[in-house]
Amino acid sequence: MASINNQHLLWRAAFGPTVSLAENDTKIQKLFKMLTDDSKTTPTYINVADENLLKYYDDSGNYRLKDLNEEDRKQFMRMQRKAINQLNITWLNEMIQSPAQLREKMAFFWHGHFACRSNNLFFNQLLLHTIRKNALGNFATLLKEVSQSAAMLQFLNNQQNKKNAPNENFAREVMELFTLGRGNYSEKDIKEAARAFTGWTADAKGQFVFRKNNHDSGSKTFLNKTGNFTGDDALDIILNEKQTAKFIAAKIYRYFVNEIENPQHIDWLSKRFYDNNYDISGLLHDIYNSKWFYDSANIGTKIKSPIELIVGVQRILPTQLKNDLILNFEKILGQQLFYPPNVAGWPGGKNWIDSTTLMTRMRMPKILFNDDILNIQAKADDDQLMGRKSDGTEDVPQKKLSNKKNPSINQSQVQWGSYIELFSKTPRNLLFNTISNQLLQLPLKTPQVIMDMVNQSSKDDFIKSVTIQLMSTPEYQMC
Amino acid sequence: MLFKRKEFLQIGSLATASLMMPKFLRAFESKTMVPAGNKVVVVLQLSGGNDGLNTIIPVRNDIYYKLRPTLSIKKENANTLTDEVSLHPALKGFKSLYDEGNLGILNNVGYPNPDRSHFRSMDIWQSASNSNEYVHTGWIGRYLDAQCNGCDHPTQAMEVDDVLSLALKGNHLNGIAMQDPKKLFGTTNEKLFRALNNQYKNLHEDHAEAPVDYLYKTMAQTLSSADYIFKESKTRPSGATYPNTELGKGLKTISSLISSDINTKVYYISLGSFDTHVGQQNQQERLFQQLNDAVVAFTDDLKKNGRMEDVLLFTFSEFGRRVAQNASNGTDHGTANNMFLISGGLKQKGILNPMPGLIDLKDGDLNYSVDFKNVYATIIDKWLQADMVKILGKQYDTLSFI
Repeated sequence: MASINNQHLLWRAAFGPTVSLAENDTKIQKLFKMLTDDSKTTPTYINVADENLLKYYDDSGNYRLKDLNEEDRKQFMRMQRKAINQLNITWLNEMIQSPAQLREKMAFFWHGHFACRSNNLFFNQLLLHTIRKNALGNFATLLKEVSQSAAMLQFLNNQQNKKNAPNENFAREVMELFTLGRGNYSEKDIKEAARAFTGWTADAKGQFVFRKNNHDSGSKTFLNKTGNFTGDDALDIILNEKQTAKFIAAKIYRYFVNEIENPQHIDWLSKRFYDNNYDISGLLHDIYNSKWFYDSANIGTKIKSPIELIVGVQRILPTQLKNDLILNFEKILGQQLFYPPNVAGWPGGKNWIDSTTLMTRMRMPKILFNDDILNIQAKADDDQLMGRKSDGTEDVPQKKLSNKKNPSINQSQVQWGSYIELFSKTPRNLLFNTISNQLLQLPLKTPQVIMDMVNQSSKDDFIKSVTIQLMSTPEYQMC
Repeated sequence: MLFKRKEFLQIGSLATASLMMPKFLRAFESKTMVPAGNKVVVVLQLSGGNDGLNTIIPVRNDIYYKLRPTLSIKKENANTLTDEVSLHPALKGFKSLYDEGNLGILNNVGYPNPDRSHFRSMDIWQSASNSNEYVHTGWIGRYLDAQCNGCDHPTQAMEVDDVLSLALKGNHLNGIAMQDPKKLFGTTNEKLFRALNNQYKNLHEDHAEAPVDYLYKTMAQTLSSADYIFKESKTRPSGATYPNTELGKGLKTISSLISSDINTKVYYISLGSFDTHVGQQNQQERLFQQLNDAVVAFTDDLKKNGRMEDVLLFTFSEFGRRVAQNASNGTDHGTANNMFLISGGLKQKGILNPMPGLIDLKDGDLNYSVDFKNVYATIIDKWLQADMVKILGKQYDTLSFI
């Protein structure tokens, strides 16, 4: 069975073990190499657009909104939102099933780092592809491609950033959130960078367009350098700052290692990241092959994000779930893919936890495995509803059903087979500890409670019941 | 659930006198058991961006009628407040509150560099931040941090909803969200959760600070808060009739809790969606009818219980709408907006400041004249008597409506 270190690597660098990875007791370096090799190929572009949606576009990619009447227009927006939900589910399934775990996990990190909202399915798809394609590549390339994506340019209002009428939003967020971090530039630098980014926009197809007539080609003084800088120059100047490498390395450290920064480790990582020309794979290699990554202080101390939790359960226990149930969990737990709270992304850590989200997390296993129903409702999102009463997601029942075994709550199909098989050689007296060691990244504080409650009737029932209960503990929220 | 003496003291100004009294004596007390002076705030969020100009209507302003050829509301159809100002036709009860001196109207409230996206502008209002800052806590959550340092029941702030808003999330503590006390109790009353909680308590890891201990402690707080709220909700349930709407049911729950000995100081509830891009008239009318009926039932209930002076209900929306109507008989996202202040304890009543100017527009939008953070500062300082600098990060001038 996988050691605690292997599990640690799988939870941080990937979305947790599958049954076959849980059986794998290979050396940590070999496991990391396997994860790296499995992520080598360029990912395929995810496209969920169907014929009906494409009908609204002409050959040059412009949508025919102007020709539409009110009802058609609404229908079009509805289809876009539905498609974005489909994109959400499709990518979530990649996270669950894809062997390219290192890539998808890193893409998921960048999805929060380059946080963006767009009502346009295609802009979302293009940005997602940019992020997945470059997730393990070069940060400079990733930054440039994201900065030239239609989704981000639109989200940060750069189409309004024109010569003599600058809009600083894009320049500000690129520096504050994507590269340097607050306090490492002046307000003057923002103004000057905004001038450099004038003329950057995108067409209806989502292709980057440089509108020369809107560009301010005059001289700018930016981060102590002077010249007739373009947007590309501005990004190069930002990347030239060692602070950018430090900001990114520190954020990656907080996300993948520990929220509490270790300045020595971060200095070492950021120096190498900078000297390696922002090679992301190199940075990850440095982290996951460092002894300190496996210190007990770094194991089981991170609160899983809602997506990590939902994906993690389904990796170890393949389960057919209704899409609406997953979407409702994402919303209630506070992490809906493609709808970050703002451009700063999901704050994470303790921010995931309040009374509602904790109770919902702890009830989730029983709900997923048909022993309870989700009876609470996510808040309406006016950006997604756009004036309608419902976003089309199935409403959740408001009251607990009196008969918990009511067949109507059978919304999921759990494939227990290979999971139960995992413990076939484990003797009954070691079973509880073995399951606990496989599912939890830290020792259970309250094992007796679970032992008192499990179903002892058969070995299979015992395994199922222990598993569901363990997944309902605070410890299971940690990785 | 056991109540420690220490917690009693932390409940603060609330009802100390009656709590210290033996129970058999309390039974002989008058109906208004909670003594006057225990101030409570009810925040009523109008989600989606309510159209302020069709709420508080400038009935003498030609520009308003010109820019809204089909959407404007005629003076004769609205509830007249003054020569110049009328209320939306559905807000009849608000007109009565105005006549009684229980209503204040703050016009043209907003913030610098307004954002027109719902989620972003709502974040700005809920976190009380500037539009170029990203803050992960809300103003009520930070109030909780300041008030409930070390207390076991972070129930001083409560949202009537299944899911907690950013407004009630603090750095150290979060408010609690519940659709109704019974449902919350049912959710937390799982055998497994109770057993985990009990066994964790026996470990006496009060000082443990690992992240997993944070989860156990949150669970403990949730379970004990759920018990506490459920218990309190049954002590003096409101017998008044409320409309059978989400808002009506929610305000009834709040009223029952206000009458109990609970330590809650801030209640939070939402109504929506006011995002009226298309066919505004019906949608706003329907929601205002719900608002009107629920608020009337609530204020009647408070008056009957002698609590009207102690409760301040205020409304806000993430933004107002553009001055001109759009081509779909609706309005698009705008900027500044008005707020209703409802209480028997208002020091200034009626229309508190000038109506927004419709001449001096910025790209077709209103220029705000009151920053909402000054409104929060006033409520924090004068009503809740808490430290505004701790909560809002700096000293703000207060207004004089309370």
